[in-house]
Amino acid sequence: MTKCIKCRKIVGGSGIGNALLTEERINFLSMIDTQNGIIKDQHHQIFGSSVKGAVLVFPGAIGSSVGAYAIYSLKVNAAAPAAIICSDKADITTASGCAISNIPLVDMPENPSFFIRTSGMEVKVDADSKMVCV
Amino acid sequence: MLKGESGESLAVAYRILLAIGEATEAERLIPVKWAHISGVNYNTIGDSGVDFLEQISKSAKVAIRTTINPMGFEENKSTNLSESFIKKQMSIVKSYRMLGTTTSFTCIPYEIFDIPEKGSAVSFAESNAAVFSNSILGLLTNRESALSALASSITGKSPYSNLMMEEFRHAKLAIKPDYELVTELDYGVLGYFAGKTVSDSCVEFNASEEKLDTMKAKALSAAIGTSGSCGMFTQGEGAQQEVVTCGKEEVIAVKDELNTAEDGDLIALGSPQLGLNELHLLAGLIEGKRLKKRCIIFCARAIHNQATNLGLTDRIEHAGGEFMCDSCTCLTPLITRTDYDSVITNSIKAAYYLNHSNRIDVSLKDLKTILKEYADYN
Repeated sequence: MTKCIKCRKIVGGSGIGNALLTEERINFLSMIDTQNGIIKDQHHQIFGSSVKGAVLVFPGAIGSSVGAYAIYSLKVNAAAPAAIICSDKADITTASGCAISNIPLVDMPENPSFFIRTSGMEVKVDADSKMVCV
Repeated sequence: MLKGESGESLAVAYRILLAIGEATEAERLIPVKWAHISGVNYNTIGDSGVDFLEQISKSAKVAIRTTINPMGFEENKSTNLSESFIKKQMSIVKSYRMLGTTTSFTCIPYEIFDIPEKGSAVSFAESNAAVFSNSILGLLTNRESALSALASSITGKSPYSNLMMEEFRHAKLAIKPDYELVTELDYGVLGYFAGKTVSDSCVEFNASEEKLDTMKAKALSAAIGTSGSCGMFTQGEGAQQEVVTCGKEEVIAVKDELNTAEDGDLIALGSPQLGLNELHLLAGLIEGKRLKKRCIIFCARAIHNQATNLGLTDRIEHAGGEFMCDSCTCLTPLITRTDYDSVITNSIKAAYYLNHSNRIDVSLKDLKTILKEYADYN
């Protein structure tokens, strides 16, 4: 049965993928391998996982302002997430990176932990209708 | 994505501004006086960044004063960099020239260019520059990304939101340091802890009432920028409802994470790049001494030229210091694992990126300690 929750649209479009969940923020410049989308920072909660084709659910970006280019590199290298959900308010680095990469981006979903409980479950992000469905 | 047609780059710029406007709940765009763009070093933006800039520079021009971050090396100085790196780096430089930016290659534009009057809105991407400008200079900027500052440089506008607005420039959380803050490294540690702890845009330090000198303010700003998303600090009594203590345990935790070596084979100074005051201090500390290890000093060309006129660079070089203009420690291609096992630095930001991006161990020491341990009297 499909359940949907409301969210805010930051960058339009829609994408489906398996959820990749983390409560930790990401420095896109230093923590991710833009060739394959794998989180390479061994101290990060989702070290070793790949964002490629996934729906990344995370609080937002930290650190370098160049992280926006790293998101674009992921897209050009076909290693980008299918969509991104910021559990907090989307930050400028993530928003601008998604904007030029056409990666659907939504933020502040209602009750996200109730719906998206575990990594791996299939999630659909429809930014244009401001909905996240599982 | 871009075909270089006229109007297309402007559309891309507005698409970026629209997205960050949505994210930060801006109701309108406001004019900004100055944009400072990051994403100049090839190591930071990669091949897709090279192509993106080449395309956008075919049809876009900056509308306001625009300065840019350091690149990967100093042109005309012999290095062992690959031809491929140099070619791509120079393509990036060419694109920024075509865009009409001032090719300042600096991460400390606030120590080089005229500062607009307090309360002026600017768009600064480089995180240390954003934090420093909000906190010390009273300029208004969000923690812009490389792309949003580029969009602001082309349109002359930025969303009116967050740190642009007075209500966001007051901290809800204060950090109370419970250790002696003496050196620039002590402030760097405090900033790194603060960035990790705070998710708001502004944080207060309940620290000493003295006015922070530029060197300490730079270390604090750069470290805040490295570990978090916070874009401003204030200094005060810490009367906020929420107060977090940064004590000896927290300091040890930061050092355990970033200080991964006891010693190093190379001293790297500059992240942020050194300003005139720091070069003056360095020249004094090094007077009559000789460095026992190779020491690279990353510096903006404009500062280097001034320092040369003042006789400072001669004094530093006489003691064995080497200058590298137009570049910085962060993601530098000049310091590699092949050549160095570990690097000595006083910069928390340099330590983080040397660890994470260059995969090199770091020995963190403050500047005075570095010169005490690694420079001898002739």
